[in-house]
Amino acid sequence: MRLVPTAEQDRFAAVLHDLLSAADVPAVAERWAQGDAAPGRAVWSRLADAGVAGLAVPERWGGTDAGAADLVIAAEELGHHAVPGPVAETLAAVPALLLALGDDRLCDKWLPELAAGRVVAALAAPPWLPYATDAHAADLVLLAGDDAVRLARTGAAHASMDYTRRLFEVSPGGVLATGPDAAAAVARALDLGVLAAAAQLLGAGCALLEAAVAHARTRVQFGRPIGRFQAVQHKLAEVAVALEFARPLLHAAAVTVGSADTAARDVSAAKVACGSAAHQAARAALQVHGAIGYTREHGLGRWLTKVRVLTLTWGTAAQHRARVMAELTR
Amino acid sequence: MNLDLDAAACAFRDEVRDWLAANVPAGRLPSVDTPQGDAAHRAWERRLADAGLAVVSWPLEYGGRAVPPLHALLFEEEYHAAGAPARIGQNGLFLLAPTLLRHGTPAQRDRILPPMVRADEVWAQAWSEPEAGSDLAAIRSRGRRTDGGWLLSGQKTWSSRAAVADRAFGLFRTDPQASRHRGLTCVMFDLRAPGVTVRPIRQLDGDPGFAEIFLDDVFVPDSDVIGEPGDGWRVAMSTAGHERGQTLRSPGRFLAAAERLVALWRSGDGRDAATRNRVVDAWIGAQAYRMHTFAALDAPAGPFAASATKLFWSELDVALHETALDVLGARAETDAAWTDGYLFALAGPIYAGTNEVHRGIVAERMLGLPREVAR
Repeated sequence: MRLVPTAEQDRFAAVLHDLLSAADVPAVAERWAQGDAAPGRAVWSRLADAGVAGLAVPERWGGTDAGAADLVIAAEELGHHAVPGPVAETLAAVPALLLALGDDRLCDKWLPELAAGRVVAALAAPPWLPYATDAHAADLVLLAGDDAVRLARTGAAHASMDYTRRLFEVSPGGVLATGPDAAAAVARALDLGVLAAAAQLLGAGCALLEAAVAHARTRVQFGRPIGRFQAVQHKLAEVAVALEFARPLLHAAAVTVGSADTAARDVSAAKVACGSAAHQAARAALQVHGAIGYTREHGLGRWLTKVRVLTLTWGTAAQHRARVMAELTR
Repeated sequence: MNLDLDAAACAFRDEVRDWLAANVPAGRLPSVDTPQGDAAHRAWERRLADAGLAVVSWPLEYGGRAVPPLHALLFEEEYHAAGAPARIGQNGLFLLAPTLLRHGTPAQRDRILPPMVRADEVWAQAWSEPEAGSDLAAIRSRGRRTDGGWLLSGQKTWSSRAAVADRAFGLFRTDPQASRHRGLTCVMFDLRAPGVTVRPIRQLDGDPGFAEIFLDDVFVPDSDVIGEPGDGWRVAMSTAGHERGQTLRSPGRFLAAAERLVALWRSGDGRDAATRNRVVDAWIGAQAYRMHTFAALDAPAGPFAASATKLFWSELDVALHETALDVLGARAETDAAWTDGYLFALAGPIYAGTNEVHRGIVAERMLGLPREVAR
């Protein structure tokens, strides 16, 4: 049994952290928000060079088939830097979906492009994903339902409270697969997407806690750093505990997602715990920062709003709790 | 990452499961803190000891199995899943013994551990004092040097198990000139020695779970001092680490309680979504604690991680039991198993350092926030 990352996985995370720290993600996100996807695509391409885009793609299609443990490590790092775009879709759900459909023509066409970082994919899968996120910047847009997987035609666009996101209504296009096998493939793909979203939430939560701690150490009020006030200390301590105990659930779900009959239960538990911890981190970070954190120019808002939309999509907490109970009492 | 158990772990788990299935008493034993319960629990401890299952992680020479930590966690999971009795010896087994194994002499270990394993000697912990609860460094009870040992005087309070225990261990100020953390000595003493008066205190649940201990020139020989005189703070902190960490509050207990909560939910009526969500959150919390403990096997936690763990399990315990009472509704009042568990859980955020103290430790020592007060 081993539930902590290997030294190699720690190095992988460190490489991604350095890459994203150097990439000026805040500026990239600003351009992305303005509709200019080019800098974001460039970052994605560099992440692909580091092996991120091919984690869920088998070697025969140019990926590394690394497994869910590496996937959550990468997704946590992307969440830590609040990387814009359909991350969980492109990194996890869509490759898993194409693979699970078992159609070699589809795999031959799309998987090498995804693994190379040349294709960004969006996905609508009601009710968990009613819209296709950032379909304007995607090369492949899919619509997954209980009965079929289709190419999606994109319609009207909506703004999100995460100002870097744009949400597209979709209508059914050409059918890629139907029947029970397609439904099973969708279920598996969504579980991987949920896992990646949970990892993003955990990473964003950690980033918010780090920002709050850094601010509390230096911001002086009433003649002393606010981090010396017990009310501030206790709020941040509770966030630290929540994040610390969410991570092992995420890693355990990464172990069971591929095979065990507890996969659905474990993935849902991880989403609830990571979402709850990240939400707690967001509230605490804004409170500790005060008004400066509420401004667009400070940048804290990129994490605050991304945490909120990620807790609402890929299944709400209520939907995942219902699924956990259904699995427990099956 | 993986959750695989090797053949040895599986075999050990199965052996424990089979033995418990054949040996766990039917029905609940009387409370460990009553005279009838005391006898029944000591008999149970002897049965465990005879099977070599009293403390599986201990060295062979003291009646353990010398199993790795993972096996000890599996033992706890099986123990609680089987509904086996609470451990009357827990203060000795899980607090004093690890301290002796680390700081004690071979002679102390040979003399104290065997009767502890068989519950022939039950131990109480005597940390707190009227002026020193979570602030242990404020201890005033004294030890005065005398020929061949020390004379203990003062008052201890909230001493768990002291009403039924045979012996106790605690901190005494042996150098009144030294500053708060210095000049303390860790001492074991006999609760029936001349000069000792034990006054049981009834807890919220009605049982004398703790007691006041009055000491009036109680003689203890040098051989009952743990570590060096004056080094008691360091010795006590390693014990406190065990208390705040997982040994006393193994995930197995929370897992078993969470499973019972889910079953309660399933069998109940009036199953609204809000309560269901709380049941699920309690179950998720127990799983998180379990996985966190498994992860810690491969990534030894920092010295202050025990504070985060204590915060997590104590709050989880309250939430879990409060949820069970709400699921039961008005019927909860007469459900002794859940109400006893609830009242027990209420103590968690108070003892072993209050949760406010631990939030301060997490904030300052783990997160690196500036000190709130001089400590």
